Amino acid sequence: MNVIAATTSVRVIEPLWRVRLRLAWRSFQTGWDIFRENPIGLIGLGMIAFFGLMAIAHPLLIATVWPPNVYDPLMGYDKEIIVHPSPPTWIPNAATEIQSLRPLSRFRHILGTDPLGRDVLSQLMSSTQSEFALGMMAALVTVVVGTTLGAVTAYYGGVIDMIFMRISDLVIMLPFIPLMIVLGSMFDFQMLHLALVYGILVGFGGNTLVIKSQALTLKVKAYTEAARVAGGSNLHIIFTHLVPNLLPLAFLSMMITVTNAIFIEAVLSFFGLINIRMSWGIMIQITQAAGYLLTSWKYWYLMFPAGLSISLLCSAFYLVGRAMDAVVNPRLRKR
Amino acid sequence: MGKYVLKRLVQILITLFIFQTLLFVILTAMPGDVTNRMFGNPDIPQKVIEQTRERLGLNDPVLVQYARWWRNFISGDLGVSFSEYPRPVIDIIMERVPRTLTLFLTATLIQFVVGFTSGRVLAWQRGGLVEYGSTLIGVLLYTVFTPWFGLMMIFIFGARLRWLPLGKFLDPAIWNGVKIPGLADSASKGNYVFSRMLLTASIILVLWLVILLLTRKLNSFQRRRILVGGTVGLFVVAGAVWAFSGIGNLAWDIVVHMILPVITITLVGYGGTMLTTRQTMLDTLREDYIMTARAKGVPEKVVRNKHAARNALLPVLTGLIIGLPFTLSGGIITETIFSWPGMGRTLLNATSAEDIPLIMGVFSFIGILALTAHLVADLTYAFLDPRIRYA
Repeated sequence: MNVIAATTSVRVIEPLWRVRLRLAWRSFQTGWDIFRENPIGLIGLGMIAFFGLMAIAHPLLIATVWPPNVYDPLMGYDKEIIVHPSPPTWIPNAATEIQSLRPLSRFRHILGTDPLGRDVLSQLMSSTQSEFALGMMAALVTVVVGTTLGAVTAYYGGVIDMIFMRISDLVIMLPFIPLMIVLGSMFDFQMLHLALVYGILVGFGGNTLVIKSQALTLKVKAYTEAARVAGGSNLHIIFTHLVPNLLPLAFLSMMITVTNAIFIEAVLSFFGLINIRMSWGIMIQITQAAGYLLTSWKYWYLMFPAGLSISLLCSAFYLVGRAMDAVVNPRLRKR
Repeated sequence: MGKYVLKRLVQILITLFIFQTLLFVILTAMPGDVTNRMFGNPDIPQKVIEQTRERLGLNDPVLVQYARWWRNFISGDLGVSFSEYPRPVIDIIMERVPRTLTLFLTATLIQFVVGFTSGRVLAWQRGGLVEYGSTLIGVLLYTVFTPWFGLMMIFIFGARLRWLPLGKFLDPAIWNGVKIPGLADSASKGNYVFSRMLLTASIILVLWLVILLLTRKLNSFQRRRILVGGTVGLFVVAGAVWAFSGIGNLAWDIVVHMILPVITITLVGYGGTMLTTRQTMLDTLREDYIMTARAKGVPEKVVRNKHAARNALLPVLTGLIIGLPFTLSGGIITETIFSWPGMGRTLLNATSAEDIPLIMGVFSFIGILALTAHLVADLTYAFLDPRIRYA
């Protein structure tokens, strides 16, 4: 039990975990203040919140307002409309464009239907869930692998350092999409596997280098030596002292990883190389397979929502990452 | 410098070794083996399958297979393709490599030059609409969905405006009747012209670098004039040689087909380069030597180009090095969209056809290409920054 003197006259016994929580909250507040100064970061955060709302809203809508047999993203089919794909129902001349058995409400298909008869907005919203999951999973794996490897190689140096540097050199040079094409032709990939493979590869590659150089600067600081003198074992120093100070930098690279993971998943789905049920890339792929991708602007609702979502979510994470630069690297702060 | 080059070469060779071993591991880890594909017919007796396995050496211990893998790789025997039976894989690859190289090199060079110069200029505009606008455009271009973007370009420029061709790399109508003297009728006319174009481009590049080195001692005004005049002169001479060679219109056909893919790759990569350049230029703003240069009375443009940009060049080059595989992957996507018959599209077609030897061969080559590009970039980096050489 540690005793902290809060004021000079009164001795207060405050548990250690409370102190740590308070300090963490204060550093978070400082970080948030710095982050808030940059409008780019706020825009990014706003976009992420928007997509988060979309992801949460989907099961609610399916449970309440939308009948599942029409609005299910995979197996829904709108029997009222004869010709699929059909344009959004709120467009003024939709009544003449859509051939339906009876007049439809204006909000029936806000983004139209795809060539297989499913509602585009429903597909968009349900894919958001899996995109977020993919991004988070990839980012988590990357951070765990990258931080551990970076800290360990920086701390031990020598042979371990050389081995992992060679491996990470190799991984950096491997072009990722050809590798996924080759692996996708042999093994059956799903979203989770893709996130794992991508996370491990990025964790081993560029991430390790960045975190390692930061860990090297931390290794020579006074508290590391003090910890060693006090008798801390190697593992203790790595995981209690080095890793927590590397976390801000790791968090930054997490953002970039999410961007790339979502983008790569979209490209791989577009080429039909992974076995997942619904995602934005698959929406574009279905549009292309049915032949509607290069037509005029008449089928804009098939192409634009998915492509735009990919762009917006990727750039949202990237902007947040850019704004986090100032938080992580004190030299970049405006003051 | 020589010692550094040697050290880097050895490291690259070690990495190549590990890479090939990795490929072998993937190949053997795959469930089943080649005989699964050869013997789909259930009437074939099991004995024949066993005999074939024995003959192909699939029952040998793993280390023997590994040694054989290496021997074949070094002698250039990469197997026979399944989908284009009986063409050997190395043949197919040699046919497609010049096309990928042309696209990749041109696009990377242009993207780097344009991104760097525009980033350099934009960094000096502080605050206001230009800064936010350029950041926005940069981020949008960086995250745009490449297949969609390529298709949009084809749609606008090829289908609607009809300025540029829709895809592929040549127009058969022009090439059909042309007879190239000295070339066998069955050989690839496309590759003939392609390799000559690559040769011309490399000669121009080497001569340009020579002019750059020779004019180092002159002052910047004369030097700039000589450089610009020299570049224009080189291109004029090259154009004249091609125009009078009789196959000039074929080369022009290829160039016209190359415009749209190169623009697409450039625009997609431009965002990243410009953003990184701007960021590193802003970092150099705070350095003391900028303040000194301004106090000396050096004009703003010279401060920007000669002092800040040169120091900002290094991290941008690092970013380019790290992003090289990404550019290569982007090249693969673009090749598929534009039906450009290079290695990327070959890889994708081989994957759909499940042509294992071709997949492995192309992937090996892509790996080697990435490693070579990495080596060249590292050497350029060491040439530009003396601290690396003597570290």
